[in-house]
Amino acid sequence: MAIFINEKTPILIQGFTGRIGTFHAQEMIDYGSNVVGGVTPGKGGTSHLGRPVFNTVKGAVDETGAEASIVFVPPPFAADAIMEAADAGIRYCVCITDGIPAQDMIRVKRYMRRYKKESRMVLTGPNCAGTISPGKAMLGIMPGHIYLPGRVGIVGRSGTLGYEAASQMMALGIGVSTSVGIGGDPINGSSHRDVLEAFENDPDTDAVLMIGEIGGPQEAEAGVFAQEHMKKPVIAYIAGLSAPKGRRMGHAGAIVSAFGESAAEKVEILKGCGVTIAPTPSEMGATVAQVLGRMKKVA
Amino acid sequence: MDIHEYQAKELLSKFGVPIPRGGLAYSPEQATYRASELGGAVVVKAQIHSGARGKAGGVKLCRNEREIEEAAEFMLGRKLVTHQTGPAGKLVSRLYIEEATNIDREIYLGFVMDRASERIVVVASAAGGMDIEEISASQPDTIIRVTVDPAVGMQQFQARELAFGLGVDPDIVNKIVPAIMGCYRAFRDLDAMMVEINPLVITKEKQVVALDAKMSFDENALFRRPHIAELRDKSQEDPRETYASDRGLSYVGLDGDIGCIVNGAGLAMATLDMIKLAGGEPANFLDIGGGASPERVTKSFKAVLRDKNVRAIMVNVFAGINRCDWVAKGVVDAIKELNITMPVVVRLAGTNVEEGRKIIEQSGLTLISADTLAEAAKKAVSAAKQAA
Repeated sequence: MAIFINEKTPILIQGFTGRIGTFHAQEMIDYGSNVVGGVTPGKGGTSHLGRPVFNTVKGAVDETGAEASIVFVPPPFAADAIMEAADAGIRYCVCITDGIPAQDMIRVKRYMRRYKKESRMVLTGPNCAGTISPGKAMLGIMPGHIYLPGRVGIVGRSGTLGYEAASQMMALGIGVSTSVGIGGDPINGSSHRDVLEAFENDPDTDAVLMIGEIGGPQEAEAGVFAQEHMKKPVIAYIAGLSAPKGRRMGHAGAIVSAFGESAAEKVEILKGCGVTIAPTPSEMGATVAQVLGRMKKVA
Repeated sequence: MDIHEYQAKELLSKFGVPIPRGGLAYSPEQATYRASELGGAVVVKAQIHSGARGKAGGVKLCRNEREIEEAAEFMLGRKLVTHQTGPAGKLVSRLYIEEATNIDREIYLGFVMDRASERIVVVASAAGGMDIEEISASQPDTIIRVTVDPAVGMQQFQARELAFGLGVDPDIVNKIVPAIMGCYRAFRDLDAMMVEINPLVITKEKQVVALDAKMSFDENALFRRPHIAELRDKSQEDPRETYASDRGLSYVGLDGDIGCIVNGAGLAMATLDMIKLAGGEPANFLDIGGGASPERVTKSFKAVLRDKNVRAIMVNVFAGINRCDWVAKGVVDAIKELNITMPVVVRLAGTNVEEGRKIIEQSGLTLISADTLAEAAKKAVSAAKQAA
């Protein structure tokens, strides 16, 4: 089943006809994602990559029945594009755009709360590599071939560190049910905790690898959720052990500004919640393998 | 992006936040002239991007011309070291000369982008003058918080709640509320990430003034705040970081001797961790970004080599959309173009990794190749130790 997307999910590309949108739309189509069309205001009625282009998300949803969308819109207009998707009834939206102002994201999050939880769009990102359900569908910019289909979920802030984890797992023959990038921004659509909840409810996921980093409260929250509400084991790696306090490490959100936000503190909190820690970034795959091995013995 | 105290005060006063009278000075002579314009006792304040300036000798109450000159002579051209600047300190090239204030009470007032609630949160404490970290450690009961609903913005009653919560007299509440609301509007309208007034002072004359002001801005929003972007003062930044950021690279200078070139912020952090675990010290964080083109690779080498402590370089690229062969070519070209003689460890993974490794091996350069993150870190650490 996987979470958020599968081979049937009808997908819309927002920012379809631009250079980046075009490139990645083609990659997604080649992977097998069910791309049904795209939106570029002003180019409605034309066709691109053999798919229809619409002026508005609402128009596209009406015509194609799209359920998921991916946003490649530049930072000044990206928040607007996300809200348009939420309003048009898109169920799941990935925002790739890096550089959206934090106050725009506050507005997006507030806007999405006008909808009841059952009908509210799920947003992941911005500033992420997207989501992939290996062998089924790709809604992102990752290299699809490094993911083996399987039963371990991945959730992480960073794109390339997620690739590192997936390829370590592939080398050990461990496959992925879905890999979700939640992005490196301080205010993002879904938190680690939100994605853990989705994996806990997914019958095709047996365990989850969470790849966190310094800054913000999300990893600690996720640890508490895992302890209190999850039956499936969670493995975690936290990047930024060597990051000095008060310095922003690339991601807008990767900065230690309060107690509990350093990598060492997060590792302690997660350990206390019963989460298995991968001690180094080169042992993410091996730690997942150990946990799966233990599960087999118990079963 | 941080700005100076005098810049923050100028911005905030436009939003109705009361500030003491003052003026800028670049020399002792200008300092005394500013003081004569103000009249009476003044405070000479070094303008650097750091708090805790007082303890470092960067804030001085002066009662006559000689004291002002002495203070200005002492501060200008000096690198002030505080717990926020790091051991290198920050250069003082401007002074703010401000009229002295008769302090009756000091209040802490801070506005932050709170990641837990995903809203702007206002924090106030009657224990002004101390760091918020100190206050939350020693007097947590004095801290009052209100959360702003983004749909309607901060409301007057919330500012009143803060003011009454601080236990100030009702006639003062009427003066504090506009100051709080002004700070909020400045935060909202200028895309700030942090506004801190510490202390907000109630004077013996029953006036409210912002005695110090700190503002920090969302770099992602500078495209729509050009008048904020131009307040950037490069002299307050690490020159290595200025060089890199002017070239679109995300770079953070550190104290070690292994230069790092990585794609992606998370992988870059993990690479530094791996070097540390292998017993080495990274010289920098550097994310070359998604499109790791040969030109960007060359730029990255240039940025890393500006740090004279670097003894070895570790390249770690996980090629997704880019192909490894393309990245490898960029590395080889950069090393030839820049005549790099120090050891360079290259770890490539992802798309077309075999072709990439072949290019590295056949380059005729003495590049050290590694297959995994752990192996690369180990090799980089031993190379740096040998070069030491």
